[in-house]
Amino acid sequence: MATRLETLSATLTAVLGDKLVSQTTALREITIVVRPEDLIAVATTLRDAPELRFEQLMDVCGVDYLAYGIGGTSEERAARMRDLDVRVAGPEGRKHPSRFAAVYQLLSVTHNWRVRVRVYAQNDDLPAIDSVIGIWPAASWLEREAFDLYGIVFTGHPDLRRILTDYGFIGHPFRKDFPISGNVEMRYDPDQRRVIYQPVTIEPREVTPRIVREENYADSEGIKKG
Amino acid sequence: MAEIRNYTINFGPQHPAAHGVLRLVLELDGEVIQRADPHIGLLHRATEKLAEHRTFVQNVPYYDRMDYTTMLCNEHSYVLAVEKLLGIEVPIRGQYVRTLFAELTRLASHLFALGAHALDLGAMTVFLYCFREREELFDIFEAASGARMHTAYFRPGGVYRDLPDSMPQYTASKIHNERAIRKMNENRQGSLLDFIEDFAERFPTRVDEYETLLTENRIWKQRTVGIGVVSPERALALGFSGPMLRGSGIAWDLRKKQPYEVYDRMEFDVPVGVNGDCYDRYLCRIEEMRQANRIIRQCIDWLRENPGPVMIDNHKVAPPARVEMKANMEELIHHFKLFTEGMHVPEGEVYVGTEHPKGEFGVTLISDGANKPYRMKVRPPSFVHLSAMDELSRGHMLADAVAIIGTLEIVFGEIDR
Repeated sequence: MATRLETLSATLTAVLGDKLVSQTTALREITIVVRPEDLIAVATTLRDAPELRFEQLMDVCGVDYLAYGIGGTSEERAARMRDLDVRVAGPEGRKHPSRFAAVYQLLSVTHNWRVRVRVYAQNDDLPAIDSVIGIWPAASWLEREAFDLYGIVFTGHPDLRRILTDYGFIGHPFRKDFPISGNVEMRYDPDQRRVIYQPVTIEPREVTPRIVREENYADSEGIKKG
Repeated sequence: MAEIRNYTINFGPQHPAAHGVLRLVLELDGEVIQRADPHIGLLHRATEKLAEHRTFVQNVPYYDRMDYTTMLCNEHSYVLAVEKLLGIEVPIRGQYVRTLFAELTRLASHLFALGAHALDLGAMTVFLYCFREREELFDIFEAASGARMHTAYFRPGGVYRDLPDSMPQYTASKIHNERAIRKMNENRQGSLLDFIEDFAERFPTRVDEYETLLTENRIWKQRTVGIGVVSPERALALGFSGPMLRGSGIAWDLRKKQPYEVYDRMEFDVPVGVNGDCYDRYLCRIEEMRQANRIIRQCIDWLRENPGPVMIDNHKVAPPARVEMKANMEELIHHFKLFTEGMHVPEGEVYVGTEHPKGEFGVTLISDGANKPYRMKVRPPSFVHLSAMDELSRGHMLADAVAIIGTLEIVFGEIDR
């Protein structure tokens, strides 16, 4: 007897067929990867097909894969990000075909299952993905947030403006090449008698470096066994 | 003929009824709202970016500060996501403690939402009564974890420590003499579970008090019935969850449909509304408080009978006890690695949504095998609910905008993150 996960997996393959670039099942969750030009068709099918019926869009998560799998001190990481081309798949873990992706979390209330849809934006310098606001109105603010923080343009969105950053903010702060302390800081200037922006004066400091260890690092006991 | 334009006002970021820092730009025709444009981001702290620079345990306190009225429920989603990536299982007593505290936090959240909503609509007594209950809940959190609000109590692998055997006692001072102190300390003579049980005994009468003040009150009904109506299909399309969805008639509760922790063993009901207006959602929240009380009683009964560990035994994830750390070389190494580098989480991507009092609080966690998360995205229920503000408030009057903001149960800590 097939589990619900297997049923969903088979249904997705049957209904979407060649529109799927890949489908993975891991940690009791299904992730499908779709090409950007197929996104609107796939999303409409996911919402309307009676055997799928994903009525709710829960989340749109923008991701920047520039630093995926890179460890070391912050200088080492910055150097590696500049050197390696993001499309190169190598042992360092560059497993993603482009830098930016939008990850959609969908929920079906009728069938009580979830699916994750990942769409990679084709252009790294001006990432653009079609907006699904015509399919799920919940996408209005979720896509605005992904645009504001990552710079992914959602074509067809009626009101794509900034939502979380300050009114005159320059840049897309959650990108991996945007510094954690930012570029500008605010203070009150008693001479001009107003609040001004000036270049940031914080010393960059990292307490615990980001470390990616090789697989089987903890395997003398193992995470699951130990 | 002069050109007539709509009157645009700022329901500004500093406003007692704006529930935090909401800048609501309203276009009004007289008093009727033509368009509402919420500007958010005034409390944006870049939590998700900061989280990429902290280890997995160091990120737990960020979650307390997101929805600051429901601290432990936020932590719950994150901790479940980390455990799913690690593939570990929390000991059963730890799961019961977590369920107990999640339901206590549900009470805290609904008390806050009810009190603030009533205060905005003019019923100031309810606000004070709700916060009196919240004080007792804060005493419970303080006894368990050390902090009244931002507890950092749930950790990946279980909870930080087991429930204490004694409660802190009031001491005599210039304001309260010995006799008054003895009366105040009456319900603190036993363990924390005794105190929670005493709270759970008295709580239903408190909810009756709130209902006496509001439910049949004609002013309350005039202000909430028929306001902010959402049809079930529209609620699903807009991404609503929690009481916003249940108030419109859709019976969807993650604790029943996709149970986590020990909710599948708990007996409780889920209230579902009919009309989808503010009044139905208010009734849903009141009933959810009563049901949460039921769950709390069941958890207390189980916890009394069943001692055991509350944190997983795996020292790659949870730190060992100090006595063992000082005696045993292997535990010393585990302690050292955990507190300098942090635990390593295998590569993977996971989304965990839990039934937060306000809706579905989701955490997307992407790990590339490092000691820090690669991408941690939070899906706050209030964010999606507030995005529907324009649609809900068109055609209503300015005072109804306040009622709608109150029923959306928005908290800016989680909207802006």
